[in-house]
Amino acid sequence: MSETIPQGVPAPRPVAFARTVPSSGGRTGALRWLVHAVVAFIVLWFLPILALLLSSLRPQADTATSGWWMALVRPSYTAENYLLALDQLRIAGSLGTSLAIAIPTTVLVVLLSVIGAYALVRMNFAGRTALSLLLVALLVTPPQITLVPLLRLYNLMGLSGTIPGIWLYQVGFTLPFGVFLLRGFIALIPQELFERAHLDGASELRTFRSIVLPLSRPIMASLGIMAFLWSWNDLLIPLLFMGGSSMSLPITVNLAGMVAQTTQGQGPLMAATFLSVAIPLVLVISLQRYFVRGILGGAVKG
Amino acid sequence: MSLDIPDGQFVVLVGPSGCGKSTLLRMIAGLEGITGGTIRIGERVVNNLPPSERDIAMVFQNYALYPHKTVAANMGFALRMARMPREEIANRVARAADILGLKPYLDRYPRALSGGQRQRVAMGRAIVRNPKVFLFDEPLSNLDAKLRVQMRTEIRSLHLRLKTTTVYVTHDQIEAMTMADRIVVMRDGHIAQAGAPLDLYDRPANTFVAGFIGSPSMNFLPGRIEVRASGPVFVADGGIELPLRPGGPVPQGRRVTYGLRPEHLVLGGEGSLPAQVRLVEPTGSETMAVMKLGRSDVVGVFRERVSVRDGETILVRPDPAHVHLFDPESGARLT
Repeated sequence: MSETIPQGVPAPRPVAFARTVPSSGGRTGALRWLVHAVVAFIVLWFLPILALLLSSLRPQADTATSGWWMALVRPSYTAENYLLALDQLRIAGSLGTSLAIAIPTTVLVVLLSVIGAYALVRMNFAGRTALSLLLVALLVTPPQITLVPLLRLYNLMGLSGTIPGIWLYQVGFTLPFGVFLLRGFIALIPQELFERAHLDGASELRTFRSIVLPLSRPIMASLGIMAFLWSWNDLLIPLLFMGGSSMSLPITVNLAGMVAQTTQGQGPLMAATFLSVAIPLVLVISLQRYFVRGILGGAVKG
Repeated sequence: MSLDIPDGQFVVLVGPSGCGKSTLLRMIAGLEGITGGTIRIGERVVNNLPPSERDIAMVFQNYALYPHKTVAANMGFALRMARMPREEIANRVARAADILGLKPYLDRYPRALSGGQRQRVAMGRAIVRNPKVFLFDEPLSNLDAKLRVQMRTEIRSLHLRLKTTTVYVTHDQIEAMTMADRIVVMRDGHIAQAGAPLDLYDRPANTFVAGFIGSPSMNFLPGRIEVRASGPVFVADGGIELPLRPGGPVPQGRRVTYGLRPEHLVLGGEGSLPAQVRLVEPTGSETMAVMKLGRSDVVGVFRERVSVRDGETILVRPDPAHVHLFDPESGARLT
């Protein structure tokens, strides 16, 4: 036996789904149709991304004369659009800025959410109920109504046009959801596990680190993906708050600007857009086994 | 309440749900604060000590295994918290795994274990700490019937081997009877009676203990004592007369509750009374019958095969040597 104490949860395999779907006897026919319908839906949903990819790979002349599907009929591909996008549109810089916004935002949201949720579930302090209610209130507050006062405040404090300013805004407005989501999950961790840890002599901090964090990993991954996507896809906040910055514009702002111009043609825009889609796509796919488990894990404690 | 547990004894706290037995256990463990009194383990007063310093180990009803830790890590966690050297932890875990037959499972996660194995891991976590006291909180109630009987034996033999003082909480009186050196029957936060299992069975101090210990439960019949020339008899409300043990110091006319265990109802013989059978439940080794004796429903358990059908009448009589008499108001034992 080993005396090292592995902390990791081994990769959960999503086989349970594959097994349970076809085994329902008389309803197999209906289920098969349902599966077909879902697959058709997924294909339909994926079409725009396919169109985007194909368009970004077609020569400019083709794009002007025929639809994207012709790329499947008469294949002729070029990397020219990507080179143009990276070279003339400074897409690499934009992607960099977007990452510089999204990654710290995501890390902060996940970390602060799990700490906040733990405190709300496990710790007794004055005003806990009030704080929980405030959280719900913040959940239903539309961020738009805060834009004007916050922008003025930012200008006053010199936060406008800085990346930390965007972190602050996005973290602030994702945190209520994050705490809300994780609170539901942490509340489902059986009371006995905490008592067990208490009996075992673990301190509060130790319990948090050795019990709560590893157990919450799936839901934290889910929250991380969502926080990243929201931050990455956000146009409004960077558009308003990054004005006057010397840095490359975030990808969403850059793309939105490009749509307005027609001089560059569609090709480089498609290439740039595809790049902006590809990064979150890779992230979601690589973390999706956690994502699925995280959603289930929040609903029923396995 | 006051309870003194000698070193090495296996004590079972038993009682209906809500009687305070789990709370008492959690107080000993330190999970529940106490507002008064003293809890002493060995010579040490532990009232205000945190659980980890009380030198106790507790096994929870639902095992409370850390789902993200292997069996070995689960068992070693408390030792790691106590900053024990790694080799020492490994040794202790190995020894406990050996005792419990968990050697092949040390690297598995709890979800890959069966119920019985999880139960063993939960016990292993307690064993590695080598505590002064084991506390069990209904550890078998999540297992199926067959496994429960098997684990009962294992816990018992583990106790015989380790000789660690054990406090075991259960609501199952059979578990209490089979495992305990001493049973403490609790009711509404008080001790109803404490004693060796068979003492409680043979001489229950009150109707509560009498009804709680033993399955099926003791029959209780209301009525009064009449002293006849042949000796005292019990006259149940409704008229039938039942025999008493001769020489009981009970005055004429006193109202009593007549208690009789199902197996002390005998078939046939002198002084038998007719009883109408309402329900027969043969289990093979014995037959249980619910019948109407006078105005009361009584339950009898017979070693003999009883070939009656529901609705028929049989002749039964109580064995006077095993009759219990209780005070109808207080429920306290009279004889």
